[in-house]
Amino acid sequence: MKMSRFIFVGILFGITLYKSEAVSWFRIYEMFNFQSFHMYGIILSAIAAGIIGVQIIKRNHLKSIEGEEIQFHDKDKTYPRYILGGFIFGLGWALAGVCPGPMFILLGSGYTVLIVFLASAMLGTFVYGLLRKKLPH
Amino acid sequence: MVPQFLLDLKDWISQPWPWYVGGPMIAIIMFILLWFGREFGISANFRVMCAADGAGEFADFFKFDWSSQGWNLLVALGAMFGGYLASHYFIPNDGDLAHVSVATVASLQKLGMDYQVGQVPLVPEFYSWEALFTLQGILVIVVGGFLVGFGARYAGGCTSGHAISGISALQLPSMVAVAGFFMGGLVMIHFLYPLIFK
Repeated sequence: MKMSRFIFVGILFGITLYKSEAVSWFRIYEMFNFQSFHMYGIILSAIAAGIIGVQIIKRNHLKSIEGEEIQFHDKDKTYPRYILGGFIFGLGWALAGVCPGPMFILLGSGYTVLIVFLASAMLGTFVYGLLRKKLPH
Repeated sequence: MVPQFLLDLKDWISQPWPWYVGGPMIAIIMFILLWFGREFGISANFRVMCAADGAGEFADFFKFDWSSQGWNLLVALGAMFGGYLASHYFIPNDGDLAHVSVATVASLQKLGMDYQVGQVPLVPEFYSWEALFTLQGILVIVVGGFLVGFGARYAGGCTSGHAISGISALQLPSMVAVAGFFMGGLVMIHFLYPLIFK
């Protein structure tokens, strides 16, 4: 089935973040304490490989599997949302020790209590949806 | 009989992965999704799940064609399955540990978490249902989840969407968002943790 390929990408993602310990609360704690290069190495090497690959895709006008040129959407250039939203996300990331990807991965590893984290994150997203027009963007 | 090379491969995958394997693999995952015509971003699933539960009745933000985002839910489902496989079939000889630095173990001891060097588990014990009956567990899981869900959508993305996809495409807004992630994280660890974990 055509859609099953996305499940395989997810499996690869799950194994990668689990085996490189990026799902660990302790690794996130260590990162924000500047006590190891490990997490910075993961993020920076992902970005370095990412920048090179994106440039190759753009300069050669590479096409997706569906035959269309791969598009990159520019993000809106209004900054309050990135600073304020980013700050709030960072508080939660450091507190919980998981961001959305690792949350799904650890849920699958058997830490079923993270279903409560998922419900809370959905509630947070829902409240943002309600307040969106009143918040500075 | 399982061929020897498959057993070797399993042993090889089971070792803790260094950063220079994990990081480029994340980029490869982003490239595979781009090749499939999709943009890597996990937190968008929270919006999709809200919309699928009928949140569109309450806010226009949730009135969109969420069924076209089913692919991203499948990535999340696959991530769960990947976590299951990694934790059940690719366990290193010394068990699932977080190989944090000696300095981190000392900091944890100061927070009252009595771990020894080389024995820090991958996942803390407060990721448990019992912990939900403690103030610390409620803060970590319930409040942490709320802040992550609210902040990710307010900022328009999380670690995957901004730190990886956005910066790889040289998006200045993503760099600002990631600076925000780190400011929030540093305030939490250095100013709020001593209040929460003592």
